[in-house]
Amino acid sequence: MIEIRRAGLAEGIRLGLGPAGAAFVLALSFGAEAEARGWGFGLPVLFSALAFSGSAQFTLLTALSGGTVAAAIASAALINGRYLVMSVALNDSLHGSRLSRALQAQALVDASFVFAHRDDGRYDVSRLIGASLPQWVLWVLGTAVGALTAPSADLMHRLGLDVVFPAFFLVLALEEVRRSRRALVVSLLGAVVAAGLLLVTDPGYALLGATAAALVGLKPDRGGDPDLERAESGEETS
Amino acid sequence: MKVWLAALAVTVVNWLMKAGGPLLMGDRKLPPAAVRVVGLIAPVLLAGLIVTELGGTRLDWTQLTGVGVAGLLSVLRVPLLVAVAAGIVLTAGIRVIA
Repeated sequence: MIEIRRAGLAEGIRLGLGPAGAAFVLALSFGAEAEARGWGFGLPVLFSALAFSGSAQFTLLTALSGGTVAAAIASAALINGRYLVMSVALNDSLHGSRLSRALQAQALVDASFVFAHRDDGRYDVSRLIGASLPQWVLWVLGTAVGALTAPSADLMHRLGLDVVFPAFFLVLALEEVRRSRRALVVSLLGAVVAAGLLLVTDPGYALLGATAAALVGLKPDRGGDPDLERAESGEETS
Repeated sequence: MKVWLAALAVTVVNWLMKAGGPLLMGDRKLPPAAVRVVGLIAPVLLAGLIVTELGGTRLDWTQLTGVGVAGLLSVLRVPLLVAVAAGIVLTAGIRVIA
């Protein structure tokens, strides 16, 4: 059974409204591009509703135009490899049967994962689901509006809408690095790894490679946070 | 039909990726070292997302300026949505003038 805290859900919905606006803008681009490539209206909207993954959807859209179907599917799947890492990270915080936990994990998207991250190192699943709800609604809505109206990429660039996602991520990152010195160090390391990989591969693979920087955590943090140490030893904190 | 099947395949793989933790780990708990690692994934992921969003295609100084201003306003404790909106307006303004 899925245990949802109403307060956590409401807080998640409130936190998710900002990234939902950003998701709407990105989905406009996806819907418009899909329509331009002959996908029509129904397929991109259904794809957004069921897959709910910008990186995989854009990758498939692009890769299908220039290669085989198998290669396009493989690229889109690999680019979301980070969700496997995030899902393993989330597992200890999920409740219920294996199937129930697998369903809860479907709420995983980048911004929600960050919002759900608690100071003790665990994840608030109610907040995760709450934050994903508005993002899912506006992701699907944005795809539909984009496919129907097909705004040009030039118009969206002139309106400065390409600032939305990186600005949100920067603001969220600043909140994260305030938690500990170690978070700051691994963030800088992750940024360097991502930048290096960007020179030789696509953004999705660079992002997946950057998560390796979290392996710094294998080394015990002698100046560690007492809440995190309690979580490591299995003691519940809130 | 080919495109529909490709979209369906990617959707199913995406579901499996997100369900990977519970499906692979079951009820087993992570050891302390792994708990420390997963606690660092969120900040690392954000840093990677910023880099890939800003440098994924080509560097655009107008975009960098808007994002930088949003970050600066956030440091000054301006609310998130206001900080991001200010970054968008500034970038759009620069592009009108430049």
